[in-house]
Amino acid sequence: MSEAIMIKDAVCSFCGCLCDDINVEVEDGKIQRVRHACRLGSSKIMGHARIQSPMIRKNGVLVASSFQEAYDKAAKILLAAAKPLLYGWASTSCEAAKKGILLAEEVGGVLDSTATVCHGPSVIGIEEKGLPGATLGQVKNRADTIVFWGCNPAEAHPRHSLRYSSNSCGKFTQEGREGRKIIVVDVRETKTSKNADKFIRIIPGSDYEVISALRMLVAGKGDNVPDEVGGVSKADLADIAATLKAAKFGAVFFGLGITHSRGRYKNIDNALSLVAELNSHSKFVVMPMRGHYNVGGIGQVLAWSSGYPMSVDFTRGGPYFNPGETAACDLLARRDVDAALIIAADAVSNFPRATAEALAGIPVIQIDPYENPTTLLSDVVIPSAIAGVEVEGTAYRMDGLALRLRKMVDSSFPSDEDILMGILESVHKQRQLAANEGA
Amino acid sequence: MIIKGGIVYDPANGIYGDEMDLFIDQGRMVEAAKGEEIDASGLLVMPGGVDAHSHIAGKKVNTGRIMRPDDARIGTEPRTAICRPSTGYTVPNCYAMGYRYARMGYTTAFEAATPILEARHTHEELEEIPIIDKGALTLFGNNWQVMESVRDKDLTKLAAYVAWGLRAAKGYGVKIVNPGGGEAWGFGGNVKSQNDIVPNFDVTPAEIIVGLAKANEMLNLPHSIHLHFNNLGKPGNYTTAIETLDLLKDLKPSRMRQVVHVAHMQFSAYGGTSWRDFESKAPAIADYFNCHNHATMDMGQLLFGSATTMTADAPLEYGNARLTHNKWSNHDIELEESSGVVPMNYFRKMLVNAVQWAIGLELALLVKDPWKVLMTTDHPNGSPFVNYPEVITLLMSKTKRDLEMATLHDQVPKRTTLAGIERELDWTDIAIMTRAAPARVLGLEDKGHLGPGADGDVSIYDLRPEEVDTSLDHVLVKKALANAKYTIKGGVVVSKEGQILATPPGRTFWVDAAVPQADTDQLMVDLEEKFAKYYSIQIANYAVQDAYLPHAQIIRAGLPILSEVA
Repeated sequence: MSEAIMIKDAVCSFCGCLCDDINVEVEDGKIQRVRHACRLGSSKIMGHARIQSPMIRKNGVLVASSFQEAYDKAAKILLAAAKPLLYGWASTSCEAAKKGILLAEEVGGVLDSTATVCHGPSVIGIEEKGLPGATLGQVKNRADTIVFWGCNPAEAHPRHSLRYSSNSCGKFTQEGREGRKIIVVDVRETKTSKNADKFIRIIPGSDYEVISALRMLVAGKGDNVPDEVGGVSKADLADIAATLKAAKFGAVFFGLGITHSRGRYKNIDNALSLVAELNSHSKFVVMPMRGHYNVGGIGQVLAWSSGYPMSVDFTRGGPYFNPGETAACDLLARRDVDAALIIAADAVSNFPRATAEALAGIPVIQIDPYENPTTLLSDVVIPSAIAGVEVEGTAYRMDGLALRLRKMVDSSFPSDEDILMGILESVHKQRQLAANEGA
Repeated sequence: MIIKGGIVYDPANGIYGDEMDLFIDQGRMVEAAKGEEIDASGLLVMPGGVDAHSHIAGKKVNTGRIMRPDDARIGTEPRTAICRPSTGYTVPNCYAMGYRYARMGYTTAFEAATPILEARHTHEELEEIPIIDKGALTLFGNNWQVMESVRDKDLTKLAAYVAWGLRAAKGYGVKIVNPGGGEAWGFGGNVKSQNDIVPNFDVTPAEIIVGLAKANEMLNLPHSIHLHFNNLGKPGNYTTAIETLDLLKDLKPSRMRQVVHVAHMQFSAYGGTSWRDFESKAPAIADYFNCHNHATMDMGQLLFGSATTMTADAPLEYGNARLTHNKWSNHDIELEESSGVVPMNYFRKMLVNAVQWAIGLELALLVKDPWKVLMTTDHPNGSPFVNYPEVITLLMSKTKRDLEMATLHDQVPKRTTLAGIERELDWTDIAIMTRAAPARVLGLEDKGHLGPGADGDVSIYDLRPEEVDTSLDHVLVKKALANAKYTIKGGVVVSKEGQILATPPGRTFWVDAAVPQADTDQLMVDLEEKFAKYYSIQIANYAVQDAYLPHAQIIRAGLPILSEVA
């Protein structure tokens, strides 16, 4: 028995909060206890049943193989494809993302992240209007008014409120929750709405109208607002507009309730406009509640590497981006890709049915520590070490802050980076071989 | 490597257009060497270009990319056997940054503004930029620890913090942007002069600037403070500039260099009381620089066309967004800074833009000593760096300036003195303003010159200085400067006639300044409290880990006695 080692202030690699005060007790190379993390983070760090071996589908059945065989098969699939899709990237490190982009350039593929079924509309909204934001610590230290719109951090980002938002304490917010006004806008009551001073329940799909009404009220054009908008009375809306204008520092956090309801990126465009306009009256910032811990990171890496934060098509040599055309779901719905590599994401569980069906019709390579529904239709399955638990690396928090993930324990599995490099090397080798044969 | 027969401009070593051979061995300039021969007979040869102020990496650059897919599409170049793909014009991707600097004969560029908290991101991008050497200046002007130490008149603690902050950020020097204004912006305010009280902190911008300048000299840092004035970008702000510079005129530099470097002077040389009576005060600023020796500047030249403004001066960006109704990104950084990004278009027929264009040129032409003026566009604020050849030819050719002037708003000759300036810079001036001076201003001893021991960074242009008339042949000159015949970085030909031939990784310079442990210990009491109460991350996760600088070049500095021991 070896002594227990305590790893202090590790970063939790579950959600976009990237809590960095996690203490982990390791004994005999195994994680024994996790302190400070929420239930979601704790269960991620403790881990569960893994894919045990690389596998290749033969005669309809996944059969165990060596890593090299899996790399070779994956490379063969990518080389044979005219337009492979390399999708996922939200739950691995930026270091892996860099290798993935290199691979996409090399084989001429399209690289997209889970943002496409998540905060992709937010990115398009930002392209239209920009993002008036701040780091989370700025909200903690200054915000006296916070709006949660279409998000439920109490269940999806459990430590958000205490560390960064409604219940946090900072330099100018020493009273914490007591000193703040919390407004929650949603289509249903949630655990988050129970913590609100004001809960506004809107009719599903009416976000755009409600935001527009607020913009008019903030701009002093309330005369034109009807008596009821999206199921909310004008008096309630006027009350909220007055609260927002009176804030010393306000913050709007928004989630998938607004990015994926009717209007999509137009909702975000409108919300960003509201926040920008509120700055004529008070100080206001806005932030998307990013889900997977490094979905922000793949966007950053892709932007500095290719110029675009998602849905980048490398099949033309130079990077090309046109959401609606080059996003994963659009490509699959059009049956426009002929192979897929899914890494650190579960496409099958999260894609619309028609696109998931399209995946079933093409060769699929999966890189993931865990079995999930995507495994069921994969032709090559490569198990990886868990970034942020078994591998070091970089992740970007929901506010764009880069943090260093720790390695807590050793792994017998290769990292995502190693696997991608293994495939890339095999691509080079097979190309060389083909060239030699041709000559 | 031997570079034969070039007409060499190496003003730092007193060489002004002499025909001579140059030798490089193991990446450095030497007095004799063998190997590959490059024929530079009769051609213009200078040290590799050095850009001392450019926004090339970090959160706000990437924010510019993310909000401007329109810009990314402009500069698309496909991947090649050697190069990764390029995109972007005002906000190029990392690879394009390296290739485009190299093509112009530049081998070094410094990122101008990084908050400590977000320095990890900056280094991720710097490392991804191929070929060129780089570094990043660290923001201190709105930092709570800085303001509290200044308020308490505790210079020792302030110096200890600056040393600690540079180490945490792996930063190169002290950048100050709209001191106090960024903190006020935390609640939507700003400071209106260098003598305003910063809300909640009971200090003035003037005190912050002087305090940081003193700490900078105490620490014997290679670079001076690097200052973006209060009131930048506002009509009438030239008085703020001169009054602020005057605060620093009696400070003694710890090295043979300026006490303050003024960033993008053009944006702070404005007269008038509003945009209506807006006019150039470049002559007054130039006069100040001609009469004083404690300050240097970079131009921050504005050119017509597309730009992306990005700065830690967040209230300024909010103003830009309101003025232009353009999209607006803002990013406040807890306890440290604020920042913003707004796309911009500058027009010839818009009087304000045309006057701004003239001011940059007036500054460079009216300041007599070229060692005091660095050629920059404050990339991408005034214009992207790929347009440096345009700026250089404007400085070298009155003919070109007159042609340009004829296309501008007709009030420009009344609001500026540019029409009456006859001066045309020569190759010595240009070699100083783009090579020797930026290296000296930054304190980079092995850059910007070609003496023995210097970095083997050389640019060779397809121009014959003894034949070309830079005044009349400005089209030819601009074309030649855009794509160097050869760019040699560390003894390797990285670019030839616009084609990238090799992409070695560049180094990242950062400054490790030694201070007594007791001073750091005292400081840590304050910092630990700040992390416990105010920061949103733990102190253990704050500093940039060594893993992010695989090609680090550490410059030692610090209190004199300690740096001797080290």
